[in-house]
Amino acid sequence: MIEIQGVSKSFGEHLVLNDLSLNIQLGTTCVIIGRSGCGKSVLLKHIIGLLRCDKGKVLAFGKDVNVLNEVELNHLRSKISMVFQAGALFDSMSVAENVGFSLIEHTHIGKRELLERVEESLSLVGLSGIGSLMPSELSGGMKKRVALARAICTKPEVILYDEPTTGVDPITADSINNLICSLHDKLKVTSVVVTHDMKSAYTVADRIAMMYHGKIIFEGGAEEIQNSDNAVVHQFINGLSKGPITETIDNFKISGG
Amino acid sequence: MMFARFLTSLGSRVIAFMYFFGGLFNLAIQTVFLVFKPPYKKERILDQFKKSGYDSFPIVSLVALFIGFIFALQSAYFMQRIGSEIYIASLVALAIVRELGPVITALVVAGRVGASITAELGSMQVTEQIDALETLATNPVKYLVVPRFLAVSLMLPVLTLYANFIGILGGYIICVFKLGIASSMYINVTFESLYFKDLFTGLFKSWIFGMIIALVSCFEGFNVEGGAEGVGKATTRSVVVTFIMIIAADCFFTALFYFIFP
Repeated sequence: MIEIQGVSKSFGEHLVLNDLSLNIQLGTTCVIIGRSGCGKSVLLKHIIGLLRCDKGKVLAFGKDVNVLNEVELNHLRSKISMVFQAGALFDSMSVAENVGFSLIEHTHIGKRELLERVEESLSLVGLSGIGSLMPSELSGGMKKRVALARAICTKPEVILYDEPTTGVDPITADSINNLICSLHDKLKVTSVVVTHDMKSAYTVADRIAMMYHGKIIFEGGAEEIQNSDNAVVHQFINGLSKGPITETIDNFKISGG
Repeated sequence: MMFARFLTSLGSRVIAFMYFFGGLFNLAIQTVFLVFKPPYKKERILDQFKKSGYDSFPIVSLVALFIGFIFALQSAYFMQRIGSEIYIASLVALAIVRELGPVITALVVAGRVGASITAELGSMQVTEQIDALETLATNPVKYLVVPRFLAVSLMLPVLTLYANFIGILGGYIICVFKLGIASSMYINVTFESLYFKDLFTGLFKSWIFGMIIALVSCFEGFNVEGGAEGVGKATTRSVVVTFIMIIAADCFFTALFYFIFP
């Protein structure tokens, strides 16, 4: 289980996470929704130890991520993979080298087995045979899928997705959603998906958590969130321009002149 | 009010300065520690040796040759007046081996290689590739900084040695073909005026300059913020800071060696 207990994080004077708590059960897909810039990606980076919280604890597989040393953190990262928003593929390497990066760097497997593992990962994301291409030759959607192939190549137990469907066309977005579902079913991985795309959230989620002002203000299933009477949740999931979220911004603009 | 603003501005500059040197020192310690920690990926290190060393030979050749020409001509301007043209060879040799070779080569490499390192690592930073490296259980300092640190700090003395030779050759061309000094005379005077300590101090300084170039350019690359504009600013800052630090280190070590090896 991944337990986030009373986590706070500030950047300068800007409080991004404010005593946030969330539990993610192993084997489930948890979707974290919220407006752009509300701190969803920051939360993901705390789970994998890219950022350390100012207060609180992040427990992954029972270990406090904040206090792990480099070796322990690397061991944890062999169990948790992350798919970045824009893919974050290494542009000086081919697709195959990107996908097999962890195996090349941290294992001594032979070239043949390496190529097999890379091809297996690429075929799982529907991109077999593109290993020799460079990232600059790929479309945005393909980059995301290659990033996903890189994440699954080490057979992780948890995959963190940072806005997997942002910036791709609806058809590609749907195929990425299906991919997340099928990886969850086939590999039995725990998925944590950060998104503000509600269609994607309803498709992939077992649980949906909504972040607002640095806290989780709602947690429940897809049906529960749609029936929620919380005005903030209602405005966000229905994409309404008027409501408590935008009122706060309007009031701020008026008071700020 | 103006005084308070001045103090605030001064305070923030001092903090930025401390942050820079603290960060740079921290990176230097980590890098030196990781240099001695296996495993080593030979291909990655050799690739950096090629990029920062081998590929710099043409531009270093050109600059060193011109410096040799210029220095010989400028020296000739005065030496001809006092009828001591033959000492141009000594002047050229000492100035190039002790000072111009190490400094000019370091500045050329800082502009060519240092800027490229900052731009490359900065782009990786803004596209989250450095975060991705960490999530793939790879230490970015070991993976990105160590090969560049080894390559630049070890190749700069080699390039300096080469620049010394080319610079002296430039002086030779001017003296022998323009000023009519005998070739054997020029070569003899050059060798007579150079001691081992001249070569050693120059190469030692270039090793220090190489470390400065690698560390500053990597540090600036790692600390890029704000997309493409941030990469541009960091690259400029990296070159400017490296130039200043090279000249400051040169001043310090020249003074130090002056007293150690008078």
